[in-house]
Amino acid sequence: MSTTVIMIISAVLYVVIAPFLGGFLGGLDRKISARMQGRVGPSVLQPFYDVGKLLEKESITVNRFQDFYVVCFLIFIIITGALFFAGLDLLLVIFTLTLASMFLVVASYSSNSPYAQVGAERELLQMMAYEPMVLFTAIGFYLVCGSFSVMDIIRYDGLPAVAVMPLIFVGFLYILTIKFRKSPFDLSMSHHAHQELVKGMSVEFSGRTLAAMEVAHWYENVFLLGMVFLFFINGTLLSVIIGVVVCLLTYFLEVLIDNCAARMKWQFALRSSWLVALVLGFVNLMVLYYL
Amino acid sequence: MSNTVKSPWVIHYDGSSCNGCDIEVLACLTPLYDVERFGIINTGNPKHADIFLVTGSVNEQNKNVVKQIYDQMPEPKVVAAIGICACTGGIFSECYNVLGGVDKVIPVDCYIPGCAARPEAIIDGVVKALGVLEQKRLAMKQGGNTPAAAEEEKEA
Repeated sequence: MSTTVIMIISAVLYVVIAPFLGGFLGGLDRKISARMQGRVGPSVLQPFYDVGKLLEKESITVNRFQDFYVVCFLIFIIITGALFFAGLDLLLVIFTLTLASMFLVVASYSSNSPYAQVGAERELLQMMAYEPMVLFTAIGFYLVCGSFSVMDIIRYDGLPAVAVMPLIFVGFLYILTIKFRKSPFDLSMSHHAHQELVKGMSVEFSGRTLAAMEVAHWYENVFLLGMVFLFFINGTLLSVIIGVVVCLLTYFLEVLIDNCAARMKWQFALRSSWLVALVLGFVNLMVLYYL
Repeated sequence: MSNTVKSPWVIHYDGSSCNGCDIEVLACLTPLYDVERFGIINTGNPKHADIFLVTGSVNEQNKNVVKQIYDQMPEPKVVAAIGICACTGGIFSECYNVLGGVDKVIPVDCYIPGCAARPEAIIDGVVKALGVLEQKRLAMKQGGNTPAAAEEEKEA
């Protein structure tokens, strides 16, 4: 089979399977969280029930544009993941992800609700916080594997990337908490913050639009775990197994952190993640560059 | 069971309750009663909510707030009046400033009496309200007016 066919098949597989996988992971998250809090917790399929319900609800929109922006957010998240799983350029993937996040911010700004605006501003600050580390990760992969192409990184047959850039991996895990919208960094959109922020960015969305946001979040989570996977792959079957196990462990770790941590202020999120990016990311890059 | 019944998100509003019923509503969310096992989430946002839980009676000060929250909730939606004050006004019903139960302002689907209503009673009442929610969903699916919309037409 030619490379192009494999690329198309894996992109299509992502588009089809990712929402089921993401929703299932979301359900596991809620179940594990409940058990950590000494509760029984909802069914593992609960996220699917939620989205199914939202699809049947009446749609209330504040203005004509906000649904359009949310649909763009969903589409660009799907494109991000599809590009990634097709094995294309990692930088292109990261920029598409940023574009998708921008659409979400614009969507919540467009509603003019004060809570949505606060949420959108916090989301922008979060983007500022995680973006440097994401770029350092991409540069790290380039220095190790000699290419930004995800396909080349997967086929790279030296040691797995994590062996030579462990600090970047730890830094990436740190900003992953922001991307997964987990405490201590669930500033912009969180069910737990309904007293403070009324679910922030999604405050003016209901029905189908809210369902689209939820599904986009599932796609995003699977893509992010794909990034974690990339640290462990080196073309062998063993590395694939290790990668999948580490992805699941990473997800568990995020749930654990979510349940242990209180919500921090945006100042802490920004300072600490830039510090992490500078200390872990930059130092690791220098080591890679000069050794 | 449809998805609507499996994932009811609630919004809780305290009319002029003494906080007795409020504490019991929150007790339902604690690990002991854990209503999240039925998919229930306390949202705090009317646009995400399916069930409106009102505690305490309605008075001139809060009747517009109650109406606002109700109007912002997307269909299908149900209202549960929790505690005797929310049902009828309770011991405050004779007060000059109290209008009475929540049903004086918005249509109520489920009355949960008690002073304060026990968590078991609240959960039972919410499950009853889910039955009404399902009926409303089916009515909406068939293209007919939901009970609330029909009532608005009657008023107009």
